Amino acid sequence: MTKFDFTRRGVLKTGVATGAGLALPTIFTSQANAFTNEPTGDTVTLGFNVPQTGPYADEGADELRAYELAVEHLNGGGDGGMLNTFSSKVLDGTGILGKKVEFVTGDTQTKSDAARASAKSMIEKDGAIMITGGSSSGVAVAVQGLCQEAGVIFMAGLTHSNDTTGKDKKANGFRHFFDAYMSGAALAPVLAKMYGNDRKAYHLTADYTWGWTQEESIKAATEALGWETVETVKTPLAAGDFSSYIAPVLNSGADVLILNHYGGDMVNSLTNAVQFGLREKQVNGKNFEIVVPLYSRLMAKGAGENVKGIFGSTNWHWSLQDEGSKAFVQSFGQKYGFPPSQAAHTCYVQTLLYADAVQRAGSFAPCAVVEALEGGDSSLPGIDSPANKGFLFDGLGNGQTLYRSADHQCFKDVLVVKGKDNPTSEFDLLEVVEVTPVSQVWYEPDHPMFAGGSLGECNNGA
Amino acid sequence: MLGLSKKDLTFLLIVAVLTLCAPFLLNPFPTDSAMAQFNAGYPDLMQRFVIFGIFAIGFNILFGLTGYLSFGHAAFLGVGSYSAVWMFKLLSMNVLPAILLSMIIAGLFSVLIGFVSLRRSGIYFSILTLAFAQMSFNLAYSVLTPITNGETGLQLTLDDPRVLGQSATPQGGIPVTSLFGIEMRATHELAVGGWTFQFNAGYYLCAIVMILAFYVALRIFRSPFGLMLRAVKSNQNRLNYTGLNPKPYTLAAFVISGVYAGLAGGLLASMDPLAGAERMQWTASGEVVLMTILGGAGTMIGPVLGAGFIKYFENIFSKINDTVLHQWFAFMPDGMEDFFVFLLHPFVGKGWHLTLGILFMLVVTFLPGGLVEGGQRIARLLRRERTDSNDRPDPEHHPRETPHVAE
Repeated sequence: MTKFDFTRRGVLKTGVATGAGLALPTIFTSQANAFTNEPTGDTVTLGFNVPQTGPYADEGADELRAYELAVEHLNGGGDGGMLNTFSSKVLDGTGILGKKVEFVTGDTQTKSDAARASAKSMIEKDGAIMITGGSSSGVAVAVQGLCQEAGVIFMAGLTHSNDTTGKDKKANGFRHFFDAYMSGAALAPVLAKMYGNDRKAYHLTADYTWGWTQEESIKAATEALGWETVETVKTPLAAGDFSSYIAPVLNSGADVLILNHYGGDMVNSLTNAVQFGLREKQVNGKNFEIVVPLYSRLMAKGAGENVKGIFGSTNWHWSLQDEGSKAFVQSFGQKYGFPPSQAAHTCYVQTLLYADAVQRAGSFAPCAVVEALEGGDSSLPGIDSPANKGFLFDGLGNGQTLYRSADHQCFKDVLVVKGKDNPTSEFDLLEVVEVTPVSQVWYEPDHPMFAGGSLGECNNGA
Repeated sequence: MLGLSKKDLTFLLIVAVLTLCAPFLLNPFPTDSAMAQFNAGYPDLMQRFVIFGIFAIGFNILFGLTGYLSFGHAAFLGVGSYSAVWMFKLLSMNVLPAILLSMIIAGLFSVLIGFVSLRRSGIYFSILTLAFAQMSFNLAYSVLTPITNGETGLQLTLDDPRVLGQSATPQGGIPVTSLFGIEMRATHELAVGGWTFQFNAGYYLCAIVMILAFYVALRIFRSPFGLMLRAVKSNQNRLNYTGLNPKPYTLAAFVISGVYAGLAGGLLASMDPLAGAERMQWTASGEVVLMTILGGAGTMIGPVLGAGFIKYFENIFSKINDTVLHQWFAFMPDGMEDFFVFLLHPFVGKGWHLTLGILFMLVVTFLPGGLVEGGQRIARLLRRERTDSNDRPDPEHHPRETPHVAE
């Protein structure tokens, strides 16, 4: 260690430099904004946060296509898509509140950490006023929490866990997609009709928030039918090979296998199960059956032949014949050359719903938007409940839909689908067996599977 | 001064000034310009730069000095994050106790893992640490769900007990992390001409901690203890034959770097109170190895540069999409524009891994000493041009003298 000589000039120079460095953050006052990222120019920025790498990259890519389409339509480009069929008519193709819609994208990598980092950069750097997207409940819950703190609106993408609008619900967060409870409630009657009331079920469950709530929901629904649950086994996410989990099913005495898996996991576990010859087996004098509670076309494509005749539920399917769905499928198909997935649909709809809420509120302030989406006192017909209150809309592909103000969850009809026996094209893989009416999948906000959380107050940030 | 040589002190001062002026330095482009895409001066990314800088500095104390390549360092970062979030849930939203606890827990954890892993060296050591880290990851992911909240990640809720503080703010929100009343998320914005600079309280806390961490590491590098660690790296057998037991030294280095990782984890949670299991995954452990090698293992500033480099790519390049590309090339005729967009498309957006991979390969092939070597070569080139003579007496001397570690 050499001796350090101070010179008067050296000390002064260093002192001034450090002093200036330290004082900088405190001598300037922050700019006063009414709320986080208040758009001041003639454009407004939305943040599309989707998985572009990782296990759900396919879904993410489709979500991004839908977002780009939605932005095009909001800015008056293309054929307008669902803007023409949407029951609320305040959007006129001139952007949102006259401001041209721009967007930034980010990669969630299907990791809560990365998703929050990319959402933060959109909020802090790009000035995004709303964050939307995601293809995993873990990510949705994490980003929703972030948006609540930062004071921006979060419009959830594909997230099916009960927790997103259950115990982890937030005032600034909204979900259009259906949830695990609705899957169970919609699927159970169809299963009873097809497979009878005397069945023994074996569950394989993805070991994370969505898997747990999915298993809980479908178990409750099937047990109410009189089915017996033989065993529930948790499997690690992205295990790749499920043979070691399938083998014990053969000797368990169960005659139904329920796969609470999604994405690549479902493709692998279903393929393993079929390879083990489960579908040709007879147990307890009945045909062995496989059920996949949450289905998507992208998964059906991955599993190929194996999905034929297998039941599941889905939020939306491109073969629906209502005006909204037809308009969406047409403009999506024109732009990209193939039909949209359910992930694309829910993301497109969420963007439109946000834009519409801002337009109706006349302000981008998150609290005003929340109020517009909670939307007063309209209610779904045929459901007698004090919680049946919120923003009612139609023409976005699922028939009459209610954004319930009590938990910011959309209530609409749920589709029960089956793997098609004779597909006519690579997109025509699922057939809609039944459209379960919303009254059958309705639940109260304080249902035990959803209890424990609270919306809190909306947050305008800044 | 501060027990440092003049050269080191100047070096430390340069690092300190660069760190404290980062909000300016990282925002070179006006907000409305097309190049604003490349600005990195927003709080979240700046925080990440310095936090992962701390992580890499700590890793370098182990890898750069002793040569032990740990492939499981992310486990300590994860443990640190979980401890910090639990502190927020149970005790108070002050970041100080949270950071202290995360350092202590990560330290204890690294004593445990280090004691077992350091019985082997070389590739076996790497594999042991990797195994432990994957074990911790799986525990956090599923077995210990009540403590870690599994895949969703540990988060604050409205009904946390929080002994020294409130469970929820009067407005019904979750309170934010703070240091004796200074909110970590508080940001001052300064608009100068077309530029907007953001000064964030959390960033300055991290920056000061990093400068301290850097100083401590510098002292370790220059100490007799550091020399002993270097002796372990150059030839452990020789050390054994001289009658010295290297084990306490390596274990100490392991624990110190574990504490650094815990500190980084604690800071990460203090900036954003969430801890996820994927922070402990092997990819996260691999990332810090990449950071260190990319920047220059065994040098002081290298790991920090490497950390900044990787985080920059992850956060900036991943956000460039086709629309942005089209804007850049809008001045070209249509065919050309599409061609260039097509050409660049695989390297931006979701292709940021690819760009990073190529750069990593180039650096490792042509600059084995990492970015620091690149800097040294440029400096040497400039010096040679200026003086037009070689300042080294014997340029062909082999083996080359090792560069000064501070460079």
